[in-house]
Amino acid sequence: MLVRFFFELRALGVPVSITEFLTLLQALNARIAQVSAQDFYYLARACLVKDERHYDRFDRVFAHVFQGAELLFAQLLAAQVPPHWLNGLAERVFSEEEKRRVEALGGWDKLLDTLRARRTEQQERHQGGNKWIGTGGTSPFGAHGFNPQGIRIGQDGSRQHRAVKVWERREYRNFDDSVELGTRNLKLALRKLRKFARQGAAEELDLDGTIEATARNAGLLDLKLVPERHNAVRVLLFLDVGGSMDEHVRVCEELFSAARGEFKHLEHFYFHNFIYENLWKDNRRRHEALTPTERVLRTYGRDYCLILVGDATMSPYEITQPGGSIEHWNKEPGAVWLQRLCAQFPRLVWLNPQDPQRWGYSPSVRITRDSIGERMFPLNMAGLDLAIGELRRPLSSVRTSAGSAVATSVTQGLPPGVG
Amino acid sequence: MSEQRFTGTEHYVATDELMMAVNAAITLARPLLIKGEPGTGKTQLAQEIARSLARPLYEWHIKSTSKAQQGLYEYDAVSRLRDSQLGDERVHDIGNYILKGRLWEAFESAVQPVLLIDEIDKADIEFPNDLLRELDRMEFYVYETRSLIKARHRPIIIITSNNEKELPDAFLRRCFFHYIRFPDEATMRAIVAVHYPDLKKELLAEALAAFFEVRATPGLKKKPSTSELLDWIKLLLAEDIAPEALRSGDPRKVIPILHGALLKNEQDVHLFEQLVFMHRRAR
Repeated sequence: MLVRFFFELRALGVPVSITEFLTLLQALNARIAQVSAQDFYYLARACLVKDERHYDRFDRVFAHVFQGAELLFAQLLAAQVPPHWLNGLAERVFSEEEKRRVEALGGWDKLLDTLRARRTEQQERHQGGNKWIGTGGTSPFGAHGFNPQGIRIGQDGSRQHRAVKVWERREYRNFDDSVELGTRNLKLALRKLRKFARQGAAEELDLDGTIEATARNAGLLDLKLVPERHNAVRVLLFLDVGGSMDEHVRVCEELFSAARGEFKHLEHFYFHNFIYENLWKDNRRRHEALTPTERVLRTYGRDYCLILVGDATMSPYEITQPGGSIEHWNKEPGAVWLQRLCAQFPRLVWLNPQDPQRWGYSPSVRITRDSIGERMFPLNMAGLDLAIGELRRPLSSVRTSAGSAVATSVTQGLPPGVG
Repeated sequence: MSEQRFTGTEHYVATDELMMAVNAAITLARPLLIKGEPGTGKTQLAQEIARSLARPLYEWHIKSTSKAQQGLYEYDAVSRLRDSQLGDERVHDIGNYILKGRLWEAFESAVQPVLLIDEIDKADIEFPNDLLRELDRMEFYVYETRSLIKARHRPIIIITSNNEKELPDAFLRRCFFHYIRFPDEATMRAIVAVHYPDLKKELLAEALAAFFEVRATPGLKKKPSTSELLDWIKLLLAEDIAPEALRSGDPRKVIPILHGALLKNEQDVHLFEQLVFMHRRAR
């Protein structure tokens, strides 16, 4: 059963290793968990799960594999506890009438089966009443000792009751990484992009350098200093502010504020639906203070990582045709501008806040993905992780876009210094 | 089976799950990695374990510049160099320039100690990897003096993390893990009772209600946590605030008084004010 549990955990993407599994066995062997499903659950979780993001998945597997496990523990107890003791307990707890009802249900074995059936039937915590399992009722299951209140010693009842369902409450759902996306989580993901480098004023003592220099200096102390390490990653962020992006405003804001906190060298620009010859930095003054895209291409070096954020959902003409823009007359189609960006910034990803399942419905997403070489990722934690992984690749192995030939030809048409 | 089990102390309310994780880590002598929202008592846990089991506590606080080597020992090359230039006698024994780190001190303890490695995620990403062998075998080698330092007793190691960096898998595999969830209202009552036993009942009820209301406000940058609540209650007690004043029914005092203890940045205060304002208009 444990082995099955182990493999089901792995199947659901909880990264458990054999070492951890052996640790759990060792812990069980050391009798850390008493005979109780709840203890076992806590112990197994502490041994096998190393990230709160996986707690929810663990809960699901646990509920699935150990369905009715509380019963098992109860059975185990029944097997270990001498029968006369149980009978004594029953004498104490049950009235004559109740005992007759136990008999009517067909004795202990039958009772267990019924109990199991009811456990699966019953969905919520129950108190009172006369059928469901719970505390304070007249149900045979509530009073005859399968409720841990009767048999378990040294713990109060309310805790026990809560325990039965602790893995079914799924309180860690919010931590699962495909769901939540808060500023803090975003920061964490972006942080992986960090690259430290020594730049600026030399302020730190370079011990190795000092020792070496001193040795060369015939033993006279010669102090060497090096600059402190800073995060040297440079990021360009292009954000779509088009109408269809309205529903994704919150997530984009979060991404933006997280990125601002993380990167010292962060430049951001806005665009509407697709990249054309102009970008802007301030949405309120977008008609006066435009920045030519060409200037952006010239200003920022190849070492910048370019992150485009947009839903890429529009009419295909807006990408492929000159004059396709819905706002102004563009001389060159957006696709050409995107190719120029690809050529200038080898490290480029596109984050799409839309659900990936809906990507297939709009041809414009297909076109965009083709032209950037499949470097489009969904804007959730998992997608962001993939995107960061893509940005971190060494330059030589960065995927070249499908239309790289086009890219070189279009850049040739630009003034020197571009591309 | 360990003779001693951790069951929380009079100053610290430990949940069942936390006790299980701690006891498993103690029994199997493996490090316990603790994560959780800031202010949920991660660092305090190690102190309370040490106190309740009457063990010495060694604290190693990690900074962004910390190196794993600093926890073991440091070779003070610069002062040896200076001594050699001054002709000091001490210079002949390299052992004089080996400075012991926290881990070494813990290894030398006569009784099993508790070692706290606080905020391990602050350090460089390779930091945990550099400690693998030390935490696994509880020994390390001092190259300068060519000696092997072995732990006399495997310390109870508590490691806390604020999730700023992901820890390497190889490291995680050697640890037990526990995530301290934000306490529910019942646990919170127990925690407050432990800290302020003679708190007026109605004040506590009002304070907790106000606190969970603030926590439930969507979009807060830093949600107030247990330690902020305790601070706030301390202030309320010091100012001798009447419980009625906390009730948000009073339209002029919609923002909880002394909210500075709960909300830690001006955007949050502003957001809260706006929400309250909108709420009032809607009524």
